[in-house]
Amino acid sequence: MVNLIWVSMLIIGITVAAINGNIEVVTTAALSGAQTAVDFALGLIAIMAFWLGIMKVAEEAGVIRLISRLVKPLTSFLFPSVPKDHPAMGAIIMNLSANVLGLGNAATPMGLIAMKELQKLNRYSPNTASDAMCTFLALNTSCITLIPATIIGIRIKTGSANPTEIVGTTIFATACSMIVAILADRILRRVFSYRRWR
Amino acid sequence: MSIVALVAKWAIPVILFTVTLYAFIRRVNVYEAFIEGAHEGFGTAIKTIPFLVAMFVAISVFRASGAMELFTKLISPVTSLFGIPAEVIPLGIMRPLSGGGALGITAELIKTFGPDSFIGRLASTLQGSTDTTFFVLTLYFGSVGVTRYRYSVISGLSADITGFIASVIVCNIVFR
Repeated sequence: MVNLIWVSMLIIGITVAAINGNIEVVTTAALSGAQTAVDFALGLIAIMAFWLGIMKVAEEAGVIRLISRLVKPLTSFLFPSVPKDHPAMGAIIMNLSANVLGLGNAATPMGLIAMKELQKLNRYSPNTASDAMCTFLALNTSCITLIPATIIGIRIKTGSANPTEIVGTTIFATACSMIVAILADRILRRVFSYRRWR
Repeated sequence: MSIVALVAKWAIPVILFTVTLYAFIRRVNVYEAFIEGAHEGFGTAIKTIPFLVAMFVAISVFRASGAMELFTKLISPVTSLFGIPAEVIPLGIMRPLSGGGALGITAELIKTFGPDSFIGRLASTLQGSTDTTFFVLTLYFGSVGVTRYRYSVISGLSADITGFIASVIVCNIVFR
């Protein structure tokens, strides 16, 4: 799937550039894209080191296990394949809470920690997504946002009379997408059961 | 709203304070544990580079070549049937691919039409209610070396499309 999307974006992009007569943009665009990716990853080192450090402290003190136990009823419904008080649950919950609060800098490291924990539980081959990973990412990308901080900032800067009036509509729309994400994940999990996918 | 904003402001300092103090009381060697955890940060970040480079290169070429514009033109007759303003279509297509790109379009729309215009409000809602699905999948799966995403692209995109349509509908009801 990703293979197909990736190839089509490249091939279509290069073809359109050739037809439009600006083939020279392809090379610049490719290299600037690579540069953006590396810059992002390097920036990630700082926040990852910081949050992984704090998370290790929390884990050794037993905080992660405690959080996992507190949210057990919800998570055992969403992630039937993950043991109830596994540290993955703690990281998943912290990632989703950070997302809800619009704390992007904290959300990413928590999410990557959750993926690492889920990978330990992956019963399939390590290069294939497990059911729990798919559910986690469906929730992550569709999660309700209570404070769309960036957009409120732009609205304030451009002189909006009521910068926060879009909060209600945003919450409604994300609630819809979250419901669809959970349903789609449930249905697709059956359709794409691992044995068939191989 | 103000309570939520207050929680967002205090959340991280409170977490830092509670975790370190609680760990210290529980006789964890806090400093050593922090170093041990932080040590893994470098590796995890570096591991994502090949995946991110692949995705950003493809998206960058697709955008710069004019293919994205062409795609927008091709589907806009269909979307206008559903009451979706043509101006927000590029935003809808850019959103799952690139967070920065989408934010650029949103900022542009808000500047051009004004934050309190219908387009401005709709673009604001769209920006807040959808996610950079491809980027998140690439980053998260990349950090653990997963290359087969199975059905997660489909569930992620169906959520984005729902968020897009729901935004258009709710904005039409509330702001028209």
